[in-house]
Amino acid sequence: MKNYWYKILSIVLLLYAIFAGFTVEIPDTNIGDTLRNVFFHVGMWFAMLAVMTSSFISSIKFLSTGEMEHDLKANEAVNVGVYFGILGIITGMLWATFTWGQPWANDPHLNGAAVSLLVYFAYLVLRSAVPDDEKRARISAVYNIFAFVILIVFVGVLPRLSVDTLHPGSGDGNPAFGDMDATMRYVFYPALIGWIMLSLWVLNLKVRYKMIESFIEEKELD
Amino acid sequence: MWSEIKALLYKDIQMELRQKYAINSIVLYVFSTVFITYLSFQGDIDSRSWNVMFWIILLFASVNAASKSFVQERPARHFYYYSLSAPQSVILSKIIYNSIMMLLVVLITFVVFQLFLGNMIEGSLLFFASLVLGSLGFASTLTMVAAIASRSDNNFALMAILSFPLMLPFLLALMKLSGIALETSDFTMEAYRLLGMVFGLNLIVIMLSYILFPYLWKE
Repeated sequence: MKNYWYKILSIVLLLYAIFAGFTVEIPDTNIGDTLRNVFFHVGMWFAMLAVMTSSFISSIKFLSTGEMEHDLKANEAVNVGVYFGILGIITGMLWATFTWGQPWANDPHLNGAAVSLLVYFAYLVLRSAVPDDEKRARISAVYNIFAFVILIVFVGVLPRLSVDTLHPGSGDGNPAFGDMDATMRYVFYPALIGWIMLSLWVLNLKVRYKMIESFIEEKELD
Repeated sequence: MWSEIKALLYKDIQMELRQKYAINSIVLYVFSTVFITYLSFQGDIDSRSWNVMFWIILLFASVNAASKSFVQERPARHFYYYSLSAPQSVILSKIIYNSIMMLLVVLITFVVFQLFLGNMIEGSLLFFASLVLGSLGFASTLTMVAAIASRSDNNFALMAILSFPLMLPFLLALMKLSGIALETSDFTMEAYRLLGMVFGLNLIVIMLSYILFPYLWKE
C-alpha cells in the first residue's frame, strides 16, 4: 500500500468512531440515541466537501496547465463526492424520519443540499454530452468551478442566513454542530477526520485505477 | 476594451432588430404559456399561485431567450470574433445584450400576466426592484450556461439541465421577494436582505464568467 500511514490511520479512527459512537455518553436531548447519527451523517457531508474541494482544485489546475491528468482527477472526485453526498442524504433522511416524523422537510438546508447534488449531476450529464476529450475537459472544468461556488453558497452561506430552520444551525449557529458536549466532541472530531481520509483514499484508488485504464488504452496493450 | 464591447453589443442589437427572431419567439412563448395558465386556473387565481406561475413562466422564457444568443451565429463566425477581440469583451457584451433582452422579456411577461390574471401587487416598487435584479441575475447566469452549452451538441435539453440548478438560488430569493411585494408595500428587513443576496450572487456570477470565459473560448 502506498502511503499507508493515512490509510491505516483512517481505518483506526473510523473503527474508534463506530465503536465509541455507539457507546459514548450523550447528553439527554429529546431525540435520544439518534443523536449518535451525528458521527456518521455529518461525516458524509464533510467527506463530500473535502472531495469536491479536491475536484475544484484539480479543475483550476487543469485550466492553468492543460494536462488531462487533472481533468481525470476532477471527474473522479465528482463521482466520489456525489456518492458521499447521496449517502449523506440517505443518512439524513433516516435521521429525519425519527426526529421530525418525515424523511424530508421543507428546510433551506435540505433543499440547498439537494440542489448542490443536482448541480453535480448536471456536471456528469454535461461530460457525457461532449464527445471530444479536450473540449470536454475544458467545458467541464469551467462548469465545475461554477458548481463548487454554488455548493459553497447553498451549503455554507444560505442556511446560516435563514432565521428559523428545522436543521440545526440557523441564525448564528453552525449547521454541523448542534448541541454537543465535550465527551461527544472527543468522538466527533476523530470521526470527521476518519471519514475525510477514507473518502480521499477512495478517490486516490479511483484515480489510480482510471489512470492505469487510460494508460492501457493509450498504448493499446489490451 | 469598452469600444470592443460597444461594437459587439451594437452588432448583436442590429442583428436582432433586423430579423426580430428572438424577440418574436419569446413574445409568442410567453403569450401561449400565460394563456394556458389563465385557462387552467379559469380566471380564479390566488396571490401565491400568481407568484409561482409568474416566476416559472419567466424562468422558461429566459432559458429560451438565452439559448438563442449563442446559437444564432455559425461556429466559423466565432473564429472571426476570436481573432478580433478579447474574450472578456465578448462575454461582457453578451451579458449586457442578454440583460437588455431579459429586461424586455420580464416586462412583456409582466404585462401579459397582468392582462390575463390581474394585478395583485401591493408593493410595486419592491416588485419592480425584484424584477430588474432578477432579470439581470438570470441574464448573467444564462449567458455563461449558454456559452458552455454552445460548445457541445447545442441542444436545448442540455441548456435546461445545466441552467436550472444554477438558477435556483436566484429563483428562490426572487419568489420570496415578490411574495413580500404581493402582500405589503414597505421594504422589510427581509426584503433588503434578499435584494442584497440577489445582487451579490449576480456579482459573483459575472466575475466568474469574466474569469472563466477565456478558457471556454479557446478552440
